[in-house]
Amino acid sequence: MCGITGLFLKNRALTKDLGALFEPMLLQMSQRGPDSAGFAIYRNPTSMNSIKVVLQSCELSFDWQELAMELKASLDPDLTFTPIHNHCLMLVAADETALNRELLRALAALQGERGSSPVSIVSIGRHIEIYKEIGTPQAVAESFGLHEMAGSHAIGHTRMATESAVTTAGSHPFSTGRDVCLVHNGSLSNHNQLRRKLISQGAVFSTDNDTEVAAQYFDIKLQQGASLEEAMTAALGDLDGFYTFCIGTSNGFAVLRDPIACKPAVMAETDDWVAIGSEFRALAELPNIDHARIWEPEPAVPYLWENALDVPDADTRAQR
Amino acid sequence: MEQLFDLAQTPLRELNQALHDCLPDAAESVWRIVNPKGEHAVACGIDTPADVQIQGHVGYYCAGMNKQAHVVIHGNAGTGVAENMMSGLVRVKGNASQSAGATGHGGLLVIEGNAAARCGISLKGLDIVVRGSVGHMSGFMAQRGSLVICGDAGHALGDSIYEAKIFLKGKAQELGADCVEKELAEEHLTFLAALLESAEVDADASDFRRYGSARCLYHFDIDNADAYA
Repeated sequence: MCGITGLFLKNRALTKDLGALFEPMLLQMSQRGPDSAGFAIYRNPTSMNSIKVVLQSCELSFDWQELAMELKASLDPDLTFTPIHNHCLMLVAADETALNRELLRALAALQGERGSSPVSIVSIGRHIEIYKEIGTPQAVAESFGLHEMAGSHAIGHTRMATESAVTTAGSHPFSTGRDVCLVHNGSLSNHNQLRRKLISQGAVFSTDNDTEVAAQYFDIKLQQGASLEEAMTAALGDLDGFYTFCIGTSNGFAVLRDPIACKPAVMAETDDWVAIGSEFRALAELPNIDHARIWEPEPAVPYLWENALDVPDADTRAQR
Repeated sequence: MEQLFDLAQTPLRELNQALHDCLPDAAESVWRIVNPKGEHAVACGIDTPADVQIQGHVGYYCAGMNKQAHVVIHGNAGTGVAENMMSGLVRVKGNASQSAGATGHGGLLVIEGNAAARCGISLKGLDIVVRGSVGHMSGFMAQRGSLVICGDAGHALGDSIYEAKIFLKGKAQELGADCVEKELAEEHLTFLAALLESAEVDADASDFRRYGSARCLYHFDIDNADAYA
């Protein structure tokens, strides 16, 4: 099974309520995926010359301050960090390459005392923050304070693991590229073959999970210059298996179902928002749902929503 | 007297249990269900002459296994509406998701909007009338009963069909394996006109084309004996 939810706010007046609107959607999908949950929230874009990174530690007591001090010394004395449950959001004036390098160096330095590094990167970008963990969707939402979060859009997932272990790293959303994330309901049957191909193109994998393969696939396509729509069309030929995907980007989200539409999806739209859920009940409490346009996305048809009001993210494009 | 169930207040199991407590030979009862909010298995397994009005959208398997009852969904229905229904009437005022009327044995299912993929899959005697269009693989392996589509059909209509009848007013993107167009004879016109009337769907039977099995797939052909050697 697994449950998918996505909410994109067209009406800027609602952004302060994003978490409050989105949390019930995620919780409604608990029966579809009780073993882990996660969400990507797009909010508070950083300035062009800085970046935010969400880190996760398998140790609840991990000393984020110690890591932050290392990075302040080497990267940015004004770095800020906010621990949230076992994750930590860091804002740093640096480019992604320098950040990655210094993170590895700092972790290796700290690792000397610990043996293996307990920290991994969950998301990186100017807009995106991903929080995900094993446990029920309710426990996960409460741990990270989803209800209070404001933002422009959010993508969520409740997982019933089939292809790989129940771990934080195996939870969704998967983010492999800057500001891009993917959630998946289904299972891919050619993920091992595709993983080998992507490795030969430079991809580095951190799990055995089939969804990570799809996430890396989209990221590589986008890096190669494809538009998201082109990448989705190509995916219809290259990915074999069952899928309903929801892909979050800095200014919107996209939906794709496999050609035989094995996995469910319902979409709804009003003047104020666009939403997707695996089932209608995920959408049932959204404002003005009784007057929404409600439909089932067609198989093998890419659906995209982007906020045309946003200034194009030149910095992000340049990175690709 | 009408019985009102507000699913925002009352657990679904209480509603279904109350429906199941009505005997098959009871007098007709009237039920109104509000706030279904996409819940699954609403009004499933009824076997009594009930008139059930559901105000809102429902989740999976609504009115599944229905016997006798008339169930009207004033909204959209999720996967498998009226799945394996035996008799009675189920009417969806909005759209239905995939596998509507799957394996249905008898009665009438009317979908006033569109139906998604696999509508009437493995049909066993139920009649389905869809005022809009149906998705891919509709009527897959349908054995008995009929599927009437006033709009268009997706890919592989009637794939591997047995003896169910398909009536299509619009166009099919493609017919499935062993599904062919057949003559619309007088007897079929009469049957279809009566079915459209009982479905309260305003359409002219003579505007439809009939499709069914070429019977090449499920009959053993001696020329294929080598394939089993």
